[in-house]
Amino acid sequence: MTKPDNRPFAIRSYAPEQLREALKRMYLIRRFEEGAEDSYMRGLIHGTMHLSIGQEASAVATCIALTDADRITSTHRGHGHCIAKGADVGRMFAEFFGKETGYCHGRGGSMHIADIKTGNLGANGIVGGGLPIAVGSALSAKRLGKPDVTICFFGDGANNEGAFHEALNMASVWKLPVVFVCENNGYGMSTSTARSTSVKHIAERAASYSMPGVTVDGNDFSAVAEAVHDAVARARAGDGPTLVENLTYRWRGHSKSDRNRYRSREEIEEWMARDPITRFRAELIAHGVLDDAAADAIAAAAVAEMEAGIEFAKAGPAPSPADVTRYVYAEV
Amino acid sequence: MNAMTQDQGLRTLSYAEAIREAMAIAMEADPTVILMGEDIGVYGGAFQVTLDLVDRFGPDRVMDTPISELGGAGVAVGAALTGLKPIFEFQFSDFAMLAMEQIVNQAAKLRYMLGGEASVPVVFRLPSGSGTGAAAQHSQSIEAWFGHVPGLKVLQPSTPEDAKGMLLAALADSDPVMIFEHKLLYKMKGHVPEGSYLTPIGKALVRRTGTDVTIVAGSIMLHRALEAAETLAGDGISAEVIDLRSIRPIDHETILASVRRTGRLMVVYEGVKAFGVGAEISAMVAESDAFDFLDAPILRLGAADAPVPYNPDLERASVPQVETILAAARRLSRREI
Ligand SMILES: Cc1ncc(C[n+]2csc(CCOP(=O)(O)OP(=O)(O)O)c2C)c(N)n1
Ligand SMILES: [Mg+2]
Repeated sequence: MTKPDNRPFAIRSYAPEQLREALKRMYLIRRFEEGAEDSYMRGLIHGTMHLSIGQEASAVATCIALTDADRITSTHRGHGHCIAKGADVGRMFAEFFGKETGYCHGRGGSMHIADIKTGNLGANGIVGGGLPIAVGSALSAKRLGKPDVTICFFGDGANNEGAFHEALNMASVWKLPVVFVCENNGYGMSTSTARSTSVKHIAERAASYSMPGVTVDGNDFSAVAEAVHDAVARARAGDGPTLVENLTYRWRGHSKSDRNRYRSREEIEEWMARDPITRFRAELIAHGVLDDAAADAIAAAAVAEMEAGIEFAKAGPAPSPADVTRYVYAEV
Repeated sequence: MNAMTQDQGLRTLSYAEAIREAMAIAMEADPTVILMGEDIGVYGGAFQVTLDLVDRFGPDRVMDTPISELGGAGVAVGAALTGLKPIFEFQFSDFAMLAMEQIVNQAAKLRYMLGGEASVPVVFRLPSGSGTGAAAQHSQSIEAWFGHVPGLKVLQPSTPEDAKGMLLAALADSDPVMIFEHKLLYKMKGHVPEGSYLTPIGKALVRRTGTDVTIVAGSIMLHRALEAAETLAGDGISAEVIDLRSIRPIDHETILASVRRTGRLMVVYEGVKAFGVGAEISAMVAESDAFDFLDAPILRLGAADAPVPYNPDLERASVPQVETILAAARRLSRREI
């Protein structure tokens, strides 16, 4: 008889190579967003941005369950999702910088980064906008007889949109291969879930749509990976959707205009002490996936990739003003 | 409604049958075409347009949706983004307002926001217009709203032949297309060619040639304008009647060429007069060289500045009728700048 494997889910389920790549992507998300913030301060980027610093485990541990053919829909706070799904940070920065070399040729910016070819159906500027689209993507997979699963990321704020309820209901009625991943960071802008949402945990809402609902520590890589893995397996087996709620926290303000008047310094610090990257790194070291030096090398590689990405973005050409109506319709 | 039905000897279908035939042809030819909508399965659709298609293609391809216009339209958008070609029926065009988010913020903009890297080949079908006694929330003509949205194509068939050809053209198009079908036209019969053919999107059609006044009208207003033109001919007024067919893109050239010939323009439409199709066409003419050819001010006939009323006499009075078109055309042909 073999001993039960008591190691955390991620450690026992994924190859060391995949786990190191996951750590790398978490670092890359953090460095990318810091780089974006810094570029913004220096006037290289206009508009606004929504940073997911502090939420990296939710993005990466969710996407580790996916194949390249699986798809995601993302949100206004979507940089992490893009990188977790395999996006190139150079093209992401180029999009931020409004360049032709960006993912959307400079037409979309931070809130619309997408890469249809790698299954990233895009961030969304409309809260809840991606929910029905994800269900449509899952409908395509089912109709076309493909095994692909769609992950739908959305925030706690989005769960009060009608689109959330309509989307979950249809996904359930039609038993579609979609996993709804709520990143509950406690607030929709300044409004806490306690003030906006009639249930304590958003996963409770799954019951209304006859699907499993699970709430996990969204800063615990393994907990997220396990919940999403189970949900993806269920979806792939044709058993329908699941709602996974990742409890997490954004360290930065909602966007660039946030004065943080709705939360306390202590609350922010408490969550910063639960840094998902520090925790995952420690877990990997504790289970011998890598040592401190290897982890430092991964962190350094993320910095180098971020810096190279900014250089790539700076060097790219800007779109021509004469092309302002290009891409409105298909070019024939 | 008789002007279009003199197709003796040729195969005729009703407007609804023509739409159904287009859907069936498309579904036969392309397994990625699916139908979605409320009660479009065994019920056959509120206006019996899908009728028995569920028997032919099964409930997986003729999908009854819950009463969820926003979500349903969004599912169609997501499906279109990922390999299907959904035809989504709104039970009444009025209900598209619940789905504005998905139509306007998502479907219309995705290609652009993504720098040309995505296509949303979805078709929205919208039974539209007044004259059925269904009052203010089931009788509107809101096609002009969507004329304001880059990324959409907005069509308005006036004949069975076009109803079929436009739907097939919409399916062949890789951008989102909205087709406003008129509820009063569903039973109208006319010649419909067999097999597959495409009615070009963005091309108006001169349905009656004339020399004294140009009347631009679409959908049911075309038929009223043609009937008025017949009477006007008896008065010695030769009206040219243009079937607009497409609101976005709009066919500037056909309209301008006609105005240059006749020197008088009247635009007839069922939407509320203010900020409507007539404003767009009038401004387009005023900005062009055709302005110099005008012998009289441009005239717009649209719906009253009120919701569509229930009382049948009020309802009739609220939108242009043959006699209002006639009276206006007579006034217009006497007027000079
Ligand atoms: C339909 C809509 N309403 C409001 C907004 C403005 N807005 C942008 S993000 C946001 C908060 C969303 O909260 P949540 O879903 O919890 O996501 P989070 O920002 O916390 O990641 C709001 C109100 C919007 N973009 N779209
Ligand atoms: Mg939130």
